[in-house]
Amino acid sequence: MSPLQIAFWGFAILAVITAGMCITRRSPLSSALWLIVTLFCLAVLFTLLDAPFIGVLQVLVYAGAIMVLFLFVIMLLNLGRAGPGDMKGLLGAAIAALLGVALLVQLRGLGDAAPPAAIQLPPGTVQGLQRQQGVVGSVAGPLFDTYLVPFEITSVLLLAAVVGAVVLAKRKL
Amino acid sequence: MLLGPSLAVSAVLFAIGTAGVLLRRNAIVIFMCVELMLNAVNLTFVAFAQQLGTGGQIFVFFVMAVAAAEAAVGLAIVLAVYRHKETVDLQHINLLKG
Amino acid sequence: MSLVWLVPALPLLGFLVNGTIAVVRPRAKGLVSVVGVGVLLAAFGVALMVARALAAAHPDAPVVFRYWDWMPVGTLAVSYALQVDALSVVMMLVVTGVGSLIHLFSVGYMRADAGYARYFAYLNLFVFFMLTLVLGANFPVTFVGWEGVGLCSYLLIGFWFSDTVNADAGKKAFIMNRIGDFGFLIAMFLIWRYTGSLDYTTVFERAPDVLTLGGGAATAIALWLFLGCTGKSAQIPLYTWLPDAMAGPTPVSALIHAATMVTAGVFLVARTNVLFALAPVAQAVVAGVGALTALFAATIALKQWDIKRVLAYSTVSQLGYMFVGVGTGAMAAGIFHLTTHAFFKALLFLGAGSVIHAMHHAYHATHAHDDAQDMRNMGGLSRFLPWTATLMWIATLAIAGIPPLSGFFSKDEILGAAFARGAAQPIWYLFWALGLAAALLTAFYMARLMLYTFHGPNRTGAREQVHLHEAPWVMTGPLVLLGMLSVVGGVINLPELVGGTTWLHHWLEPVTAAGAALAPAAHVTHRTEWVLIGGAVTVAVVGIAAALRALDLTALVPARSAPAETGLGKVLNRKWYVDELYEALFVRPTVWLSRNVLWRVVDVKLVDGAGVNGPAAASRILGWLGGRLQTGELGFYATVFVLGVVAVLARALK
Repeated sequence: MSPLQIAFWGFAILAVITAGMCITRRSPLSSALWLIVTLFCLAVLFTLLDAPFIGVLQVLVYAGAIMVLFLFVIMLLNLGRAGPGDMKGLLGAAIAALLGVALLVQLRGLGDAAPPAAIQLPPGTVQGLQRQQGVVGSVAGPLFDTYLVPFEITSVLLLAAVVGAVVLAKRKL
Repeated sequence: MLLGPSLAVSAVLFAIGTAGVLLRRNAIVIFMCVELMLNAVNLTFVAFAQQLGTGGQIFVFFVMAVAAAEAAVGLAIVLAVYRHKETVDLQHINLLKG
Repeated sequence: MSLVWLVPALPLLGFLVNGTIAVVRPRAKGLVSVVGVGVLLAAFGVALMVARALAAAHPDAPVVFRYWDWMPVGTLAVSYALQVDALSVVMMLVVTGVGSLIHLFSVGYMRADAGYARYFAYLNLFVFFMLTLVLGANFPVTFVGWEGVGLCSYLLIGFWFSDTVNADAGKKAFIMNRIGDFGFLIAMFLIWRYTGSLDYTTVFERAPDVLTLGGGAATAIALWLFLGCTGKSAQIPLYTWLPDAMAGPTPVSALIHAATMVTAGVFLVARTNVLFALAPVAQAVVAGVGALTALFAATIALKQWDIKRVLAYSTVSQLGYMFVGVGTGAMAAGIFHLTTHAFFKALLFLGAGSVIHAMHHAYHATHAHDDAQDMRNMGGLSRFLPWTATLMWIATLAIAGIPPLSGFFSKDEILGAAFARGAAQPIWYLFWALGLAAALLTAFYMARLMLYTFHGPNRTGAREQVHLHEAPWVMTGPLVLLGMLSVVGGVINLPELVGGTTWLHHWLEPVTAAGAALAPAAHVTHRTEWVLIGGAVTVAVVGIAAALRALDLTALVPARSAPAETGLGKVLNRKWYVDELYEALFVRPTVWLSRNVLWRVVDVKLVDGAGVNGPAAASRILGWLGGRLQTGELGFYATVFVLGVVAVLARALK
């Protein structure tokens, strides 16, 4: 196995384990911290899949901003310690496990599909593109070109989110 | 060549996230499990982007932006509910009953 | 001839007008009388014109008038069509002629009744249906008339429906008729199946080709048709409704249950003579049932005390004779007896109506509650009702078969035909013997009726006697006319024996020739005929003489103090307990079945429970389920959501 594959599998397994830890911790704070570790592992996986920019964004935005926001709220509401009865009982756990396994089985069935050869690019194309235009440039180019409209709309979306969050969280309207 | 394994990992993470949503009662933790599901999907997109072009990576970009907006608003809602009900346990927030 | 549609249309118009009057202005009796009787007389007039036109035209085949396409379905094309031929013309004249006289009689008889307009409306409707029956050119139109007269019979028997007995009698008549109608329907289906048509002309043309002589199909068709006839014409086993039908007004009994409706069965056999000629076994059954019924009913009449009941059983018995006639294949003989019987039986019934009218009047005046129809309350009425007595004696002699009155000729022709056929199949000798025995009993019980009613000491009571008097001319007039017809009616079919031309027989030949060709009638020598006639007349005279000798008129007491019957007399008086037998065999099981199975199980449990309450309960359960789903818990909603996703994916991945 090449070093690439070893790294991939290592971080993949780590991601899965930390995700499992995330959903089974009693304390919300512990869950949040385990999730951060999962996100870091995923960022590494992104980098290994020829998407370094996205990996960096994952750390900066997801782990760095969104999870911090989560931690703020947890601390604000004083939910750090394990609350009583935070997890569902035995029946709930059984249902959750059952449905999770069912979903997994079905998704694996989907996963065996491969994209049709007609639209597949020759291996190494994306890497070449990145060498040409730069790591950021290969993403930014289409972003301001083909996907300009969604880009602009996303900024509006973020504005709406900010306004909404402020209004909802106010003590007195 | 890493496509198959990536999809497998993504499926597992998605399933774990779903189990977490169904398992937990704390609203914030459920939210975090949803974020986990989103990330699994991001992994799928990036894996395919390696085969089919950078469009996938751009989509991940947008997913992250939307996830951020959603997290902000969602947590604001949780705060508002906490102010009224003194709890974020979903079993006690059943005003939709009937 | 094309005016034939007027003949049924006029009574229908009468029904509509009288019906409207009955609803709007029930007291306008004058107008009702004019319309009710007028349309009948007009119909009779048109019938005469049609008959004349037919006689002049002399067509080979029946003249059919099609009015509109009723049921054009696939290969079946039934139209509403009327047929003018020898047989339908005879029946039409009898119905409208005798019907007019009875309508006229009813003007007097029903004068005091509150339902006067309703009565005439129903009577007119009956005549309309009866004419549809005889004029129909195909089986369905005849069947419409068949059912319609059954309906009118029900309406008129239960005319005074506020008394349960009358309503029950109406229901009994209708239900027993329906059993017969079932037979008629089955026969129609079979005819359609074998000949592919329901028009008389086409069926009778094709029948000899598609049905083998004496084969199972022909016999089945004929027997099912005969079942219909037993219902409508009150033969064994469906005769028990006719005596109970006497609960209706007496003119109704005269018209429907003597002259016209009950003869529909005989008419049907005559009309379908081709089919019966193809089934000798069925012919024997018809004649056998007829002969047996003739004797059986005559025995019951011997011990009845109600004057109308005696006449009712007499009708059943005489209908038996008619069936012997048409069963032999001598259609003309059967129709001949039908016609003469219409004359003298209508006369007898109307005469009885006169008597009952007088008795009612007497009892009403003295506020007595005795039965006005019980012969034990009568006696010696010839002093008070001379016209009625004389005319009824004429009718009695006619029905007994005393020459030269009409009944003698018609009865004799039937018995002669039966005897003649005995040469080929001995069983017909038995039918002849039964007929002869019935003739003896007929003479006896009719003489008994006359003696108890009109002769001997009067038992009505001294105070009532002063109120007994003859009926007004509007009632006695028709009696006189019918009396004259009963006397001279024989001329229409005088046998060759006495130099006659058998005119009716030749007139009906276009209709009966086809059947006669398939089963040629037998003939006897003139000598045998004279012997038979001698025997019949002797029997009639013996019967009357025996009644005169054996009956002690002074030993009778009024009904309220009469002793109970004993022994054979009791059995005869109780009608051989046939009604009780039917009650136990058929009525009680059906009622039990209806109550316990059809009502308790099918209606309550299945229809109400599963059909009506079931869906309601299901709705309620579904609603409850839906309500339980709305827990308001987000966790539950999420679980259901994921469940749905898994289900959709499972389907998509198949």
